[in-house]
Amino acid sequence: MTEVDKLTPVLTKRWLSPNSWTLRTYEQLEGYTALPKALRGSPEQLVQLVKDSGLRGRGGAGFPAGVKWSFMPPNEDKPHYLVINADEGEPGTCKDIPLMMADPHSLIEGCVIASYAMRAHHCFIYVRGEVPHCIRRLNAAVAEAYQAGYLGKNILGSGFDLELVVHAGAGAYICGEETALLDSLEGRRGQPRLKPPFPAAAGLYAQPTTVNNVETIASVPYIVNAGADWFRTMGSEKSPGPKIYSLSGHVERPGQYEAPLGTTLRELLDLAGGMKDGIPLKFWTPGGSSTPLFTAEHLDVPLDFEGAAEAGSMLGTTALQIFNETVSVPWAVMKWTEFYKHESCGKCTPCREGTYWLTQILQRMVRGEGTETDIDTLLDVCDNVLGRSFCALGDGAVSPITSGIKYFKDEFLALCESNRAKGASQTEPALAGAGS
Amino acid sequence: MTADALSHGAGRGTATDVDSLPEDSPFGADTVATAREIIARYPQSRSALLPLLHLVQSVQGYVSQHGIAFCANQLELSTAEVSAVATFYTMYKRKPCGEHLVSVCTNTLCAALGGDAIYDKLRTHLGSEDKPLGHEETSGTPGEQGSITLEHAECLAACDFAPVLQVNYEYYDNQTTESAVDLVDALRRGEKPAPTRGAPLTDFRGVEYQLAAGFDTAAEAVGGPSASAATLRGAQLANERGWTAPAMPDNVDLPPAPEKK
Repeated sequence: MTEVDKLTPVLTKRWLSPNSWTLRTYEQLEGYTALPKALRGSPEQLVQLVKDSGLRGRGGAGFPAGVKWSFMPPNEDKPHYLVINADEGEPGTCKDIPLMMADPHSLIEGCVIASYAMRAHHCFIYVRGEVPHCIRRLNAAVAEAYQAGYLGKNILGSGFDLELVVHAGAGAYICGEETALLDSLEGRRGQPRLKPPFPAAAGLYAQPTTVNNVETIASVPYIVNAGADWFRTMGSEKSPGPKIYSLSGHVERPGQYEAPLGTTLRELLDLAGGMKDGIPLKFWTPGGSSTPLFTAEHLDVPLDFEGAAEAGSMLGTTALQIFNETVSVPWAVMKWTEFYKHESCGKCTPCREGTYWLTQILQRMVRGEGTETDIDTLLDVCDNVLGRSFCALGDGAVSPITSGIKYFKDEFLALCESNRAKGASQTEPALAGAGS
Repeated sequence: MTADALSHGAGRGTATDVDSLPEDSPFGADTVATAREIIARYPQSRSALLPLLHLVQSVQGYVSQHGIAFCANQLELSTAEVSAVATFYTMYKRKPCGEHLVSVCTNTLCAALGGDAIYDKLRTHLGSEDKPLGHEETSGTPGEQGSITLEHAECLAACDFAPVLQVNYEYYDNQTTESAVDLVDALRRGEKPAPTRGAPLTDFRGVEYQLAAGFDTAAEAVGGPSASAATLRGAQLANERGWTAPAMPDNVDLPPAPEKK
């Protein structure tokens, strides 16, 4: 197998072109060439193709997209829906918004192909509300696509119909969880549902539904055009393809770097000009704040689904938030915990109450009023949140805390020093909030 | 909030035409017509609730009890059902907002790079040293020109541009305390400095209308800067160094469908 370049722009390549968001530019650059090819095939062939490609969900969980598609019923006695999760909000994650701003037609072409493959005639793109310019571009692109016959009735004379609606959210991180997103799209509070039933059995309006991430669906036209074998020339056997790595924080040149899955932070940092002002790396997230922290020890971990997991974290959304030695770990963990507390939807008690008390304890520790037993209390509360709620928000909330204590316990202990100096009577309260 | 309006909205709405609006309703026939258009986009009417809440907010600058009653009426829901939704989402404001909404990201990464300092500075700058402006509080009189509602926000999905803030949800990237102060001062003078990425700045209610009813798809609104340096860094570097993805072969057939068992 020939050597693959360090950066492999596929999804990001068109972004460099002038007016890249317009139909004209998209069509000039091979846009909408995969759609007629897909419509000449059968839905079963397309599902098989995506299975063969090994494309895994780019929204964080990494579930094989073709397998997810194959869960949709093969008949059409009920309406089927495709819903695009564009509610990008995981701290650190900033890939889907630029993709939709720069190249909205690649997502739309993917939506039509995926809808055809899953026999859906209605597709929704659920975008977080706080990105009006992105929604503006999407709406303009959808209007262009309708006018050109890529959406609507009898698309390109194939007999296939598809309606596509861009739907703006209203500010709730939890709506990035697929079943909460569906509740929100139904006009309800965005609260997760118990699974099963999975969306393929009972999703939007209790009908068969697939929810896919933006980057996943935008990858589909390329796979249709160039085939599964081409897609597999990048990345690893179990994690094939290119991936948009989002570098942010204390690096010289933060930004979006599309590279084969399995690229390491050391390689990415090299491309991004290294650590800002040469101040050494202290900790980083491989895929958003819900993925356990890594340290400088993990610079050579291959950033694919298996590599990140074997090293004790998760690939998540490949949102690499990079922090240098000037940043306090307990402070960073406190800030993230405040976020999860704010965004917990309140449905499940362990997550709702747990994030509340974890925040209280961490704030107290950062104020210098903590005790060593607070560290045990934190871990104990985390243990009672992890795996005990409907969705993964609570699991994500404990990731920074448990990994922060695992790698930087000294910093948490140091916070207790000033308190210890005040005398033994101050070290007693172990109950969260008791010191405040 | 009048008792009259409350009693109007207390029950499950049934009529959806303009005649059913209470006399003191701030919503006119045009808002009803827009609501109808929004509802028609969805297979089930209740899916229109989030856009309708954006719509009533665009009329009043917040979601009032009148706004809740209006949505309930249009969708044949109870006001309790609508209130439950309106209070869940951060973007629906329960108090009148200023001409502009300034949202400063104070999530961990932006905070570490200066977001906390920017937020603290704006609190005292828009309020005072003794009485800094609080979260979702307004400097000036809501609705009047130059009034600003300040809030701290969670991650705004622009971490490569940290620290970021938004005015009416349009991005102002790579901010400092100085640039943020200059920005809000310009807003208070009635100016509308251009976002780093996005369409020309309007006002909070204008953007809320667009979120509800759909966007101006005219080229000038859709155009404008979108991909700043950070967005393009990887693609540009690859371009400079001649790096590409492996060549895409032509004429690859789709695989055969699996045989039915």
